Amino acid sequence: MQTDKEKSLLRRLPWLQTLLASLVCILLGLLVGYIALLIINPAGANEAFLSIIKNFWSYSKPEKQLKNLGVTLVITAPLVMCSLSVLFAYKVGLFNIGAAGQYVAGAGACLYCALALKLPWIVCLLAAILAGALLGVISGAMKAYRNVNEVISCIMLNWIMLYLVNTVLATVKNPTGKDTYTLASRNPGAILPTVGLNDLFGQKNMTIAVPLAVVMCVVIWVLLSKTRLGYELRATGLNRNAARYCGMRDRFNMILTMGIAGGLAGMGAAFMFLSDFEQWAVTQASVPAMGFNGIAAAFLGGLNPIGAIFSSYFIQHISRGGGHLNMNMYSPQISDLILAVIIYMCGFVLFMKKFMNTQRGTGKKSRKGGRDQ
Amino acid sequence: MILLVQYMLIFTAVLMLVALGGCFSEHSGVINIGLEGIMVIGALGGALVMKFLPPETAPFFVVLLTTLASMLAGMLYSLLLAVAAVNFSADQTLVGTAMNLLGAAAATVFVKAMNTAMDPGNVSSEIVYVHARKALLIAQGTEFSWFMILALLLLIASYVILYKTKFGLRLMACGEHPQAADSVGINVRKMRYAGVMISGLMGGLGGLVYITAGVSAWKFENGVAGFGFLALAVMIFGGWKPHRIALAALLFGLFRSLSNVYTGFDFLRNLNLPSTVYNMMPYIISLAVLFLFSKNSAAPKAEGIPYDKGMR
Repeated sequence: MQTDKEKSLLRRLPWLQTLLASLVCILLGLLVGYIALLIINPAGANEAFLSIIKNFWSYSKPEKQLKNLGVTLVITAPLVMCSLSVLFAYKVGLFNIGAAGQYVAGAGACLYCALALKLPWIVCLLAAILAGALLGVISGAMKAYRNVNEVISCIMLNWIMLYLVNTVLATVKNPTGKDTYTLASRNPGAILPTVGLNDLFGQKNMTIAVPLAVVMCVVIWVLLSKTRLGYELRATGLNRNAARYCGMRDRFNMILTMGIAGGLAGMGAAFMFLSDFEQWAVTQASVPAMGFNGIAAAFLGGLNPIGAIFSSYFIQHISRGGGHLNMNMYSPQISDLILAVIIYMCGFVLFMKKFMNTQRGTGKKSRKGGRDQ
Repeated sequence: MILLVQYMLIFTAVLMLVALGGCFSEHSGVINIGLEGIMVIGALGGALVMKFLPPETAPFFVVLLTTLASMLAGMLYSLLLAVAAVNFSADQTLVGTAMNLLGAAAATVFVKAMNTAMDPGNVSSEIVYVHARKALLIAQGTEFSWFMILALLLLIASYVILYKTKFGLRLMACGEHPQAADSVGINVRKMRYAGVMISGLMGGLGGLVYITAGVSAWKFENGVAGFGFLALAVMIFGGWKPHRIALAALLFGLFRSLSNVYTGFDFLRNLNLPSTVYNMMPYIISLAVLFLFSKNSAAPKAEGIPYDKGMR
């Protein structure tokens, strides 16, 4: 009996499979990073690898650790939103590679509202959400009515938004550099409320964005798995025609999905730029990586909204850790390399799960692919 | 005007090569979003050869060796996609996205490490190839390079291979209905490998052509600035057909080069549009074209779907 139980443990708990698969991805990614460090300079590889993994722990003073943990959390919040955007769309059968562009649109909207129109934070936040949602709706509508592949239309929109936002935000550029003005200098009222979190962490950019991101994860989880709308959306994603046959509005659902996904990514941009942590560089020639990292976080988190919190944190932890490297010896892009390998490995997750299901079972292929919830 | 034509032709060559590569991959049934990453790696392969070739090498060999190096690099890199998509039924869009990130990151890490190893004070991601680039040009002082002729030859070759050879027709069958192709004895896996590898070959060369367009040094941190994605748009605009891809590339090349040289035209300068408008233009056009013509899309029917023998 005991052995029987052991055998089916992996099969009975799909989330365990997901966790295991994600850990395998992470380990392989880290391994490749470590090998790269060894090849570049074997002498400092161990130390460098540890500093990537440790990130804020590499500081000795507790205050400094806390402050740097705060920084990591500040940049985690936007990533959580982008990964929510990607996974929400993916659950409905759409690949939202446009999270990057929706993020850009959100950034443009909230910064323009904050710096040019001097509006309060809540309006800026809403503007960012709307801008992202609008972009999502465009892709969704093109998919629903004109059969345009959402991946392609999203890629086009990513680049259009990048150039558009660069042009628009050039009007609120700080003349001394290539960045937009800081919110603190022009419109402190647009900075998200801090409700004491900044003092707690000793990090001035710590705002309600961080707890809000967690709340949004729960909201999305409930929406997807506990509501009728979520059920309809997922049904549309699984089989559009069957959903339509059952009386669901497949086109509307598709557009709504992309709208929500876009809104989430736009909100992520507001979390980033309305915390005044980063300014928009109007000369940037490529779409910010945040949206693409959202894809990584979504898949690494096993396409689960709660998992997205942990995977997003992990990704930003590693990215920040890359910044602690000795620049004269190693390039900080090592952490990008690790992330890229992790995303690549995420492509094999389905295979790994199949392997786990067939390997330890009684030989009968499990039909459950381990798609939790 | 001459300048515009030069830039237009060089950008057309880049877009055409990469889009033709994507065309082969998609006709075999594999979506290749990773063209951007393939371009970066191909460019890296070519740039390394240009950097390390002795300066007295004959121009013919410079062209030959850089071309081969970039093709080989792109092809090897594309195997990452082929293995994942064909053997492991991975999500092709996800893997492609990962390859784009990986290409830029790996190239940057590699070049920085190489530069630092050669000169401890140098932490840039730049490769300089002033001398070798001269050999690539047909006439010095202009931008007309041998790659334009090569691109034209490859265009003709692509057309012939796809439509006039057994291999090409079989390849396309695998992208339309792999089960049917399999039933008449075509090895779908092998064909998909071939399609992806050809796309790596062409994409790699396209990357090399791109980094030698008008500049003699390249910072690999910058990647290839979205040209891989633009090439995807060209491919779709061209309806997955080589001859129409060539025309689409010409149009996109025109707009892309306008953003470089529009200040040289009085009437364009008088319009007073910001240069970003010209940058946006190709994307807006392709979006509009997609909107108008996607209803009856010519995309290969089975693209993006992992081949499963048991499926009907």
